[in-house]
Amino acid sequence: MKVVIGHLYADLMNIYGDRGNIIALTRRAQWAGVEVEVRNLALGQTLDPREYDILFVGGGQDREQSLIADDLQKVKGGSIVEAVEDGAVVLAVCGGYQLLGKYFKTGEDVVLPGIGLFDAWTVAGNRRCIGDAVVECSFTGERRTLVGFENHSGKTYLGPAARPIGKVLHGFGNNAEDGFEGAVYKNAYGTYLHGSILPKNAWLTDHLIASALRRRYGQNIVLPPVDAGLEERAHRAVIARIRGRGKMNTGAI
Amino acid sequence: MRLAAAIVAGKLVASLSRRLNFGGGTTLPGGITRRIDPGALGKMTGRLRQGCVVVTGTNGKTTTTRMISNMLQVAGLKPVHNRSGANLVSGVTSALLNSSSITGRPGGDIGLFEVDEANLPLVVAEAKPTVVVINNLFRDQLDRYGEIDYIAGLWRKALRQLPSSARVVLNADDPLVASLGKSLAASVLYFGIEDERYGRATLEHAADSKSCVSCGARYAYAVAFYGHVGKYSCPNCGAKRPIPDLGADSISLNGTVGAELLMRGPQGPLNVRLGLPGMYNVYNALAAAATGLALGLPLEDVKAGIEGFSAAFGRIERIQIEDKLIFLALVKNPIGFNEVLRTILLDGAQKDLLIVINDNIADGTDISWLWDVDFEVLQTRTRRVVVAGTRAEDMAVRLKYALVDPSKVEIEKDLPRALHAGLAGVEKEGTLYVLPTYTAMLEVREVIQRLGYVGKFWQD
Repeated sequence: MKVVIGHLYADLMNIYGDRGNIIALTRRAQWAGVEVEVRNLALGQTLDPREYDILFVGGGQDREQSLIADDLQKVKGGSIVEAVEDGAVVLAVCGGYQLLGKYFKTGEDVVLPGIGLFDAWTVAGNRRCIGDAVVECSFTGERRTLVGFENHSGKTYLGPAARPIGKVLHGFGNNAEDGFEGAVYKNAYGTYLHGSILPKNAWLTDHLIASALRRRYGQNIVLPPVDAGLEERAHRAVIARIRGRGKMNTGAI
Repeated sequence: MRLAAAIVAGKLVASLSRRLNFGGGTTLPGGITRRIDPGALGKMTGRLRQGCVVVTGTNGKTTTTRMISNMLQVAGLKPVHNRSGANLVSGVTSALLNSSSITGRPGGDIGLFEVDEANLPLVVAEAKPTVVVINNLFRDQLDRYGEIDYIAGLWRKALRQLPSSARVVLNADDPLVASLGKSLAASVLYFGIEDERYGRATLEHAADSKSCVSCGARYAYAVAFYGHVGKYSCPNCGAKRPIPDLGADSISLNGTVGAELLMRGPQGPLNVRLGLPGMYNVYNALAAAATGLALGLPLEDVKAGIEGFSAAFGRIERIQIEDKLIFLALVKNPIGFNEVLRTILLDGAQKDLLIVINDNIADGTDISWLWDVDFEVLQTRTRRVVVAGTRAEDMAVRLKYALVDPSKVEIEKDLPRALHAGLAGVEKEGTLYVLPTYTAMLEVREVIQRLGYVGKFWQD
């Protein structure tokens, strides 16, 4: 089996160790015996929605974000939506997440249009949400936690057609108001968590890889178990530190 | 009168702080003084006969400033210098305060201050420096400062406040830093590396400023020395690296020991033997030498100042422990970490490492930058890696995904035990390479100091 990963704007959207997500997907797929090909999708490059199993886009600075907003509108947006409708996996972090929603209104009141994959919109906030975050999720059918680090001033709000990725147990989440984090639509996930997010949340990495394989090779594909001892230890260490400071909201953990 | 009161209060706090063992009193006293007399910094720098020099940049501030300090002393000047590395405006004020008389007469004739990136505008506005030196701008602690374009914007504004009598020393090879030299009243002196032999054809992953400051197109690099630092040009708008006024030719890197280079400047060539390793220290030496030239120091004093220099505290340090050596090098961002790895691996031998990653505020609380470091180079060249610090587990995960053999990696959260474990694995006459983040470095030094091997840092 093989997965093809498209790394959108790898040169521009990479400010929070986003490469770690590509490394995590690649290694864990390889450890499960799956062949991996990573292709960079730069400004101006088109993509065939059927060719890609997983698309990833990371975070960027303001200057980069307006460049890619334009490219998403003119070049790639339609193909990304089409891929997701067809079951492809997408992971979008921070700035990338914002532009997969309907729009992002910046601090200068400029509206950057998004591609509307998520029923969500973002407005610039006046304080930065920075720090470790813990989110409780159940979209796989099991209760799980995500740990990561968030650093954003944009506040994202979800419309009725979007589901959040989970409930914030510690940190700010989408908008520091409603207690939810991220957005999920089919196999597309948007989140503010970096860290990078995938290495310390190996269950999510495996879930993304398995979802991609099922789309291409059939629903009964099961990913062989891959060791995640060290990753889970690092995951638990973050939770234990936050809990040690007495700062965790009540949750299942 | 107000200044005198402010100084007395500050000095009192400094003395108390040292006596109560709170540390060297390198920040708090300045803060108190500024509270009482907000104009204290400007009043004190105004009394420095030769004005003051301010040094900033992401990497190499402390090392560069200390080289300049050496040069000034060789030239017979007495610098007032925030040697401890306390580099916020309060730290700068503290340094002046500690040296000055109660009436505010400074105990030296020239100010020399390394300044935190985000504090540059404030220090420039108050201290009115005669020379401002900027070495580089990398992604560092984004959680603290926001984005690098934001920092560049702050610096641009600050430099535009400088009068025509001031001089600005800039790295020609860092596109964002070089661009700051445009439209200034102050005169600009550029430094850079001409010798292309240690450069690479492609940018490393961690490179930050890849797109043209003027038009946004991607720069073309004839050669990249480290990070986004190199010989670049914009294929779209034609923007180019300025020709350095002080350039380095014929560089020869000598492992972890040092480097030799030929500097070519307006006053002729200068052969320099540098006691610090790696390309990044070649840049630090160039920045220091260019500052010497901007101040009009004689070439032989510039040379003697650089050559007589031993590493700034903890940036790079060699400490003998019985029959083993500790090589200590600060790591604080991807570019710096890559340079340290590249430098220690130059000789191709198997290394023993202790990597200590903390996520305290002074380190940057976001450790996602570890994923931008090319740890893959360790796959074949490590005997053992002990990882410690508040984020030891994250570091171990990073090494796992860099395909460093897990049986060679050991997590030991307790620092004294980690150091023992690291040293125990090293053969006689061998070296343990200790790579800590900033607060981890302070802890490592404290542990080593308890063993009786290094002095307290604010005394050196």
